[in-house]
Amino acid sequence: MMVGGQSYQTAGRGRPWTFYALAGLFGFFLLFLYGPMLVIYLLSFQGPNGGVTFPMVGTSLVWFEDILKPGQMANIPVSFGRSIALAAIVSVLTVVISVAAGLAFRRRFPGSGVLFYLAVASLVMPSLLVGFGVGLGFKALGAKPSLFTSALGAQLTWTLPFGLFAMFAVVNRFNRAYEEAANDLGATAWQRLRHVTLPILLPGIIGVAMGAFTLSYDEYARTTLVIGERNTLPLEIYALISSATSPTLFAIGTVTTGVSFLIIGITLWRIVRLQRRRAGRAPS
Amino acid sequence: MMRLATNQATQRTVVEPRFDVELVAVTKRYDRTVAVDAISLRIPRASYCCLLGPSGCGKTSTLRMIAGHEIVTDGDILIRDRNVTDLPTARRGTAMMFQNYALFPHLNCLDNVAFSLKMRGVGKAERHARAREFLELVEMAEFAPRLPAQLSGGQQQRIALARSLITEPQVLLLDEPLSALDPFLRVRMREELKRLQRELGITFIHVTHSQDEAMALADLMVVMDQGQIRQAGTPRQIFEAPANVFIARFIGGHNVLPGPRGLVAVRADRCRIGQAGNGAHSSGRVVAVEYQGPVVRVSLQMQSGEQAAALLPDNTYFAAPVQPGDPATLVWSEADAHPVTVS
Repeated sequence: MMVGGQSYQTAGRGRPWTFYALAGLFGFFLLFLYGPMLVIYLLSFQGPNGGVTFPMVGTSLVWFEDILKPGQMANIPVSFGRSIALAAIVSVLTVVISVAAGLAFRRRFPGSGVLFYLAVASLVMPSLLVGFGVGLGFKALGAKPSLFTSALGAQLTWTLPFGLFAMFAVVNRFNRAYEEAANDLGATAWQRLRHVTLPILLPGIIGVAMGAFTLSYDEYARTTLVIGERNTLPLEIYALISSATSPTLFAIGTVTTGVSFLIIGITLWRIVRLQRRRAGRAPS
Repeated sequence: MMRLATNQATQRTVVEPRFDVELVAVTKRYDRTVAVDAISLRIPRASYCCLLGPSGCGKTSTLRMIAGHEIVTDGDILIRDRNVTDLPTARRGTAMMFQNYALFPHLNCLDNVAFSLKMRGVGKAERHARAREFLELVEMAEFAPRLPAQLSGGQQQRIALARSLITEPQVLLLDEPLSALDPFLRVRMREELKRLQRELGITFIHVTHSQDEAMALADLMVVMDQGQIRQAGTPRQIFEAPANVFIARFIGGHNVLPGPRGLVAVRADRCRIGQAGNGAHSSGRVVAVEYQGPVVRVSLQMQSGEQAAALLPDNTYFAAPVQPGDPATLVWSEADAHPVTVS
């Protein structure tokens, strides 16, 4: 992304060869990042007689239609709904808890360092084993694993430390003077939070919500052992990959990526609009 | 006549307090370091008080303690005879204008100014009407719908002023209010601050590290260093008789030179370059000459080791010009030399 619209080109001399070399390298890097998924997207438009590999035998949308057809793919729309519901709950919980924690951690208290590392160390725990542990815990307590209990918990072990980390960055840039000004102007603690702190932190909070949402929506390793009877979308897709193979899988991949990008796009657009408004570039 | 007046005053049940702010041995300690060391100060009614000093001298800590943004370690703060030491910020009768104004970025100017009324539960129509009055006061009425980011530094400052004044404070606290402005605007805003203070008839306490600013504004100038008040008085009192070497150096315009009975401070504009006669003098060498329009500043390196300067009216200088490298003798009148203590 260009920042500030500045060009580093020196006037009238053209670019040195290193520019082209590095640009090429960067091109390869992008190809490496997006190539695999590009193949999937392409193959999801495979013709009706084509298979799961190249070459393309014509193009069609039949594999997309397949997703919605009752039959072997019947669970895809349902599990998609579950994934969205779970991701929404995870996102809300992550925001509430990590915003509160982020604000609390501004003040150094005895043991705050240890507590912080303890909280974020969870990010490096092997995810499959965390899920396993949650499952064993439920078993020990005699509770049945299910979507909104064990799976929710397992996903939170992943999104909460992430949210806390992100809120640290957001809160670090927050100027305490805003809160002091609010105090000075007679705001109570609650009014200060409601009318000053949260609105100013809002772009960052939306970012955390979006991050937690997509982390949950994609989650496989932690969820797989604790999901109970009803699968989320990633689990359903994985089950399909191991049982049936048809370009329908690729069509699912294309659609879910589309949904992810839509969510990210909408959120980014909202953040940018919010910041534009504050930076004063939009008409008032 | 005087007696009659005082009698009448005491007969009334409410005696008007003589001071807006009183600090009684106020101390601020952070862990081991002492930021403010048992300072005492009385600020008379409706005065413009400047707390002046180098960075880290404790002036901002003092201001923040008066505002209630910093807990007082020891001592008492009184505002109009009311002990506010342990009162919350909003109940002290003070309002603070922050160094970078701390305007709420998500609210437009009108809502920024109306913020304190909203917190008190004043209805929208009423608080907006009142906020408009205060925007008028600072000549920013037409900027009501703008967001702070759409304003220049000077305009932001006016909004911050309006937002503070709408709380009708008895004391307005200003933390380096002019430091973010360009020099031209700084002079204009400083006139405006003084005008507002006079018109509103309340006390302003203004923290600054610029002696020009303090001299221009203050009724009461308080020079601080290392957590202590070094000297307090009118700017003229302090400029004419700096109490010690630190003050003389910090407020500028003085030479500190060894005299027969210890160190003396002599204003640079009372010094001349000339012949050593019977009067006070000190010899050295010219190191720089600066033409400044009405005056010419001649910097000297004295033989005794000090740096000194003479501010000469331009015609005096050009009657007998000197060049860098020339030997020169600084002369002054005994009457202009004030003995100063080392600390």
